[in-house]
Amino acid sequence: MKKSEPDDMGHFGIYGGRYVAETLMPVLKEVATAYEAAKQDPAFDAEFRRLLADYVGRPSPLYLAERLTESWGGAKIYLKREDLNHTGAHKVNNTLGQALLAKRMGKKRLMAETGAGQHGVATATVAALFGMECIVYMGEEDIRRQAPNVKRMELLGAEVVAVSSGTRTLKDAMSEALRAWVTLVESTFYVIGTVAGPHPYPAMVRDFQSVIGHETREQILAKEGRLPDLIVACVGGGSNAAGIFYPFMEDEDVALVGVEAGGYGLDSGQHAASIINGQVGVLHGTKTYVLQDAAGQIQNAHSISAGLDYPGVGPEHALWADLKRVRYCAITDDEALESFHELTTKEGIIPALESSHAVAEAKKRAAGMSADSVIVVNLSGRGDKDIDAVLEMTSSRTAEQPNYEVETGQI
Amino acid sequence: MNRIESTFDKLKAEGRKGLVGYLTAGDPDVATSEARMRTALDHGVDILEVGVPFSDPTADGPTIQAASFRALQSGMDLPQTLALIARLRADYAEVPIVIFGYLNPFFAYGYERFCRDAAAAGADALLVVDLPYEESEELRQHMRPVGLEFIPLIAPTTPPQRAATLLADAGGFVYYIMVTGVTGTSAAEAGDVQTHVERLRRATSLPIAVGFGVDSGAQARAVGEAAEAVVVGSALINAAREDRLAALVDDLRGALG
Repeated sequence: MKKSEPDDMGHFGIYGGRYVAETLMPVLKEVATAYEAAKQDPAFDAEFRRLLADYVGRPSPLYLAERLTESWGGAKIYLKREDLNHTGAHKVNNTLGQALLAKRMGKKRLMAETGAGQHGVATATVAALFGMECIVYMGEEDIRRQAPNVKRMELLGAEVVAVSSGTRTLKDAMSEALRAWVTLVESTFYVIGTVAGPHPYPAMVRDFQSVIGHETREQILAKEGRLPDLIVACVGGGSNAAGIFYPFMEDEDVALVGVEAGGYGLDSGQHAASIINGQVGVLHGTKTYVLQDAAGQIQNAHSISAGLDYPGVGPEHALWADLKRVRYCAITDDEALESFHELTTKEGIIPALESSHAVAEAKKRAAGMSADSVIVVNLSGRGDKDIDAVLEMTSSRTAEQPNYEVETGQI
Repeated sequence: MNRIESTFDKLKAEGRKGLVGYLTAGDPDVATSEARMRTALDHGVDILEVGVPFSDPTADGPTIQAASFRALQSGMDLPQTLALIARLRADYAEVPIVIFGYLNPFFAYGYERFCRDAAAAGADALLVVDLPYEESEELRQHMRPVGLEFIPLIAPTTPPQRAATLLADAGGFVYYIMVTGVTGTSAAEAGDVQTHVERLRRATSLPIAVGFGVDSGAQARAVGEAAEAVVVGSALINAAREDRLAALVDDLRGALG
C-alpha cells in the first residue's frame, strides 16, 4: 500500500481534518505552516537527529528475546527497545520534535495532556531542556494510578493540573487541554502526545515517531538479512504503532498488527477498542473511530493501562483499518498483566502495561509461525510507573483465586 | 423574510439592541429547562439559543459543562431537544431559535435527517461550535434545502482575510466571540470589542452579536455598544439555578433597550 499523506486539511480518506472551535483554527494553520517549513530545513532535521542520538540515546536496540522465543516455540521474537529511551518510552521522540518546532515558532511555554504520564514526563523533560515553561493536564484518576510520573513532572518544573471532569482520565485531560489552549493560544504551544487531534498533529506526530520504524528496518536487515514477517504494536491513540508501521507501509509482505486495549473483554462494554468496537465520529478535533452511544455521546473507555484508556484513535489508523493494511485486535487486562509478568521474569525486562498488550498478542501469533519467521514487537515503554498498580492488581487477583476455584469445583 | 432578519429589522426600527439567550436543553431535566426558556422569552430574550448537551464540550467553561452533564444525566438527547423546540415554536411564532451544539450528536443522528427534523421543529439556524468553515460543507448542503442558516463564529484570533471568507458565505447573524477563552469565564474590554466589530462590519452586512463572559446589564451595554446584539449564556444558567433568571433577563433587557 502506498504511504498515506493527508490532504491540505489533514484528511486521511474520510478521516482526520480539523474539528475545533474557530479560535484555534488560525493557530493550527500556523503550526502546520511552521512544520512544513521545518521539514524542508536541513538544520531542523540535523538538530532533531543530534538530540535523538545524544539526549534520547537512539538508536534504541532491536533485541532478540531468546528465552521468549524458546518458550513460545515458534517465530523469532525481537523487541524494539523504546523502553530504553530517556524518560522510558517512545513519547520523547515526539515531544523533542514538537519542542524544537515550538522553539522555532518563538513559543515560550509548552502544554500537554497525559494519560499514563509518559507523555507528560516527556514534555516536561524537553521543556526543561529548552528552558520553557510547562503545564500538563492529567485526569485525577490517572494521577492516582501513575503517582511516580506526577512527581517526576513536578521535579522537572512542570505544573500538573488535575482534571476532575468526566471519568478523570485521558479523554477528559485532552478536553481540558483543548479548553486551556483556547485561552493560552497566543503564548503556548500545545504538544499533543499521540497521532490524534486536529491537523497537523496526526501526520506530524507520526513523522516524529517514524524514527522507530526506520531504525527497525535497518536493524532487522542487519540481523536477519530480511524484513520481519510481522510487526506488533499497541494502539491507544496510536503513536508508537504509527511510528513503527509507517516506514513499512509499502512492504506488503510485512504484516502489521495493532493491539487495542480489550479491558474486561469486548463483550463487557469496558474496554478501549475504538477501531474494533467503535463507530465513526468526531472527537477532539478529528474524525475517526470513536467509542460512543447511539446518540453520539462519547463513552468512557476502560483499560488496565492508563496510556490506552482513550475512546478514540488516530485518524490514519482508521484509514489503515478500512484498507485492511493494518489488522487490529484486542488484548484484555488479564492477558496484558500475564505478559507483563512473563516478560519480566523470562527476560528481565519490566514492560509498560501498554506495551504488555503487544507482547500478549505476539505470543498468541508466535506459536503458529515457523521457526524461521520473525516478529518485531514494539516495546514502547518501561513498566516502572506501573509497579504499584500491578502489585495491587496481582495481589487482589490472587486473593480472589481460591473463591473462583471453589466455584469452578462446584460446577 | 425569515425570523432572524425580521427580528433584527424590528430591533433596528425600535432603536434597541438584541438579547440572545442561551440555555442547555434538559438541564436539569426537560420540563425545567423548557420552563426556563419560556421565562427567558417572556422577559425579553429576542433570540433563543437551545444548547444540545454533549459529553465533551471542549469550548465550554465550567458552567455549561456542568449544565451539559446534568442534562445527559437526566436522559436528554437530540430527539427530545427537537420536540422541546417544536413546543416552544407553537407558542412563540416569531422568535428565532438557534440550535447550538457540538458536531458528533448531529453526525450520529445523520445530517440530512437532522436538518429536516430541525427545520420541521421550527429551528431557524445552527451554530456548531467545533465545525469550522472548512469542514462545514457536508452539513450545509443539507441545511440549504430546508432553509436553516449557518451562524458563523468569528474569534479575536481570526485574521481579517479569513473573516472575509467566512462572512462571504454566512447567513442569519455573525457571532463574534469576544475573548480567547471558553464560555462564561472572562469578560472582554469594550474598546477591543468595538475595534474588532468595526473591522467585521466592513466585511459583512449581517447583524453582529457579541458573546462570551457577559453576566450583567451594565456589561452587556458596554460591550454591545458597537454590535446589534449581545449573547448571554453561562450567566443565564447560573441565574436560573439561583431562581433569579427573570431578574437577570429584566436587567439585561433594561440595559439593551
